[in-house]
Amino acid sequence: MRIRAHPIIDFKKRKELPFYFQKKKIVGEEGDTIASALHAAGVRTLTTSLKYKSPRGFFCGIGKCSSCLMRVNGVPNVRTCIAPLKEGIQVEMQEKLAELPNAEFFGEPKKTIDVDVLIVGAGPAGLCAAIECAKQGVSVLIVDENQRVGGQLIKQTHKFFGSKQERAGTRGIDIAKELEDDLRKLESEKKITVMTDATVIGCYESDKKYRFGAVERCDYKSILYDVRCNAVILACGAMENMLLFPGNDLPGVYGAGAVQTLMNVYGVMPGKRVLMVGAGNVGLIVSYQLLQAGSVVNRIVEAAPSIGGYNVHAAKLRRCGVLIQTSHSIKEVCGEKKVEGAVLIRLDVNWKPIKDSEEYIKCDTICLAVGLTPSTRLLSQIGVHLDYIPEAGGYVAPHDESMQTSVKGVYVAGDASGIEEASTAMIEGKIAGLAAAIQLGGSRNKKLLVQYREELVQLRAGPFGEKPRIAKEKIAKLAEVHHASV
Amino acid sequence: MRQYEKTGILSIKDLKIPSKKQFEKGVAILECVQEIPCNPCVDSCPVHAISMKDINAPPVNNFEKCIGCTKCVGVCPGLAIFVIKIKANTAWITLPYEFVTVPKVGDVVQALDRKGKVRGKALVKKVVKHGKTMVVTIEVNSSLAMSIRNIRV
Ligand SMILES: Cc1cc2nc3c(=O)[nH]c(=O)nc-3n(C[C@H](O)[C@H](O)[C@H](O)COP(=O)(O)OP(=O)(O)OC[C@H]3O[C@@H](n4cnc5c(N)ncnc54)[C@H](O)[C@@H]3O)c2cc1C
Ligand code: SF4
Ligand code: SF4
Ligand code: FES
Repeated sequence: MRIRAHPIIDFKKRKELPFYFQKKKIVGEEGDTIASALHAAGVRTLTTSLKYKSPRGFFCGIGKCSSCLMRVNGVPNVRTCIAPLKEGIQVEMQEKLAELPNAEFFGEPKKTIDVDVLIVGAGPAGLCAAIECAKQGVSVLIVDENQRVGGQLIKQTHKFFGSKQERAGTRGIDIAKELEDDLRKLESEKKITVMTDATVIGCYESDKKYRFGAVERCDYKSILYDVRCNAVILACGAMENMLLFPGNDLPGVYGAGAVQTLMNVYGVMPGKRVLMVGAGNVGLIVSYQLLQAGSVVNRIVEAAPSIGGYNVHAAKLRRCGVLIQTSHSIKEVCGEKKVEGAVLIRLDVNWKPIKDSEEYIKCDTICLAVGLTPSTRLLSQIGVHLDYIPEAGGYVAPHDESMQTSVKGVYVAGDASGIEEASTAMIEGKIAGLAAAIQLGGSRNKKLLVQYREELVQLRAGPFGEKPRIAKEKIAKLAEVHHASV
Repeated sequence: MRQYEKTGILSIKDLKIPSKKQFEKGVAILECVQEIPCNPCVDSCPVHAISMKDINAPPVNNFEKCIGCTKCVGVCPGLAIFVIKIKANTAWITLPYEFVTVPKVGDVVQALDRKGKVRGKALVKKVVKHGKTMVVTIEVNSSLAMSIRNIRV
């Protein structure tokens, strides 16, 4: 179902794009991904599990989990949640392991790009890093897997907190627009190269410079780029966490980010009746946005004894009549081929289920907002030292004040360096961008670096900043150890 | 642990309440009690009634200074500011609203409390657009002034 009326976003009717799913004609819209067009047409099952043959829908919606792989125009394993929809394409489910196609794999011969700095990811962190770096006269290539730049910002229809410098009171979608305008301006001045619909796949052997492989997708085929750079900033963001319970793989169990992407980027209603799991800021904000899109949020369950997100977000939902149950969790999902309901359970102070406290509710969608894990695969492949820091959301790279990791010239920023917020991701991006430019001799403005660091300290000063503060303190301590040993 | 950390619902006890005289001229109630990194309300106020020790401290409204102009209502990203004006038996509540069906002046809408419970009807007196946020003023019985915090159109 499409969202036609929305209080914040203008969903204009777009050009219709007919295509084929299992040989049946379906009509999507320009700007859709394959998965969003299928979802709008009521198709939630995209594939089946290899082992149990059970139906599978998508989960992360941002190209990170692989539960949406389909065959498109004969090309197997296309991530349909990020692959743009094109007119007339043939989309098919892959019943078993995909066959390796006979067709030539790369549409064109490999191309070489030579830049000062490669930036992986064009979320708030990557965009700010790119802009800061290019302003110092250092050449930049920024690569993102999605059709559009902006990362998580392009789905955040709510007004941001923070102070004026971090554009408080401005909606995430508008911040994304401002950052994109800055980026495009620098692009038109040939100071930045922007590559979307492309993935940086790994780091390769090279004598002098860093060498990365990037794959750009074009008509579901791939073009390989050989990228040479002197420094790299990894701003790859994070992955949504899964929760273990029977039925968690049924189509209709989605990550909060996927739900937000469907409704706020593609204008597709994720479901009619939703159960939200998790009352942190993400769970609360996405619940409110579901109400704005016209869904019913049955309730929010939270395993902890108290609400983790801001009270102002919780209060907005409560006065709309949405129940928030702390010390409650989901026990299992009900339904054969799709989500039809859920069994909830009450927890004691030790988070142990209380006997006979089960309650059944009807819903067609279950949204998980139970935290994020930093995306660090490229970092570990490069050989950057990683440590497990629970407060940062998992394994992260110890980095110094300049966001440099244990490997010289390799920087991190944003959620990839520890789960936090867009406001801090933007400042970390600026720091990494500026530090890389200084390292390469493009700038000597160390004063500005100090100013950015002070802004970060301010933002993390309150009680809600405690977790990232602890995480970053641990990271700084570990960085001293590992940087000394390099 | 405070009750609202469990339920999400603030009680009157969590808030600073203006005097009768202050209510008469109209004042902003800031239903924002936690230490969160946020401060646009401070900058939005033309008479500098709202203050904050630092960006993480909860905002404090000086009810003497506040002129009830409603500017801060549409600015607050937490949708947590309500302007209340009371005269005799009538109260006017100005609240933020971000849903599809926008009320018109003269409409009678449902008046909801902090729990989302319908507590009666309200007459829409004023609708002002602040970006995509609607700032709506409704009229209710004065006994409901500190209870009604939402409308359903
Ligand atoms: C529901 C919700 C509400 C939020 N609300 C707020 C809020 O009110 N205020 C706030 O400050 N923050 C908020 N946040 C948090 C904020 O969105 C994130 O912290 C922020 O987006 C992190 O920025 P980032 O640039 O590190 O990562 P992202 O925005 O995730 O961007 C990373 C990008 O990297 C790309 N990428 C990853 N790997 C590769 C690769 N190998 N090749 C190419 N591209 C790659 C991804 O496609 C993605 O576009 C919210 C988050 C959510 C989910
Ligand atoms: S109502 Fe007007 S005067 Fe009162 S606090 Fe808000 S902006 Fe300031
Ligand atoms: S703008 Fe709103 S949410 Fe932010 S501090 Fe002021 S009252 Fe609280
Ligand atoms: S990769 Fe497509 S849904 Fe996760």
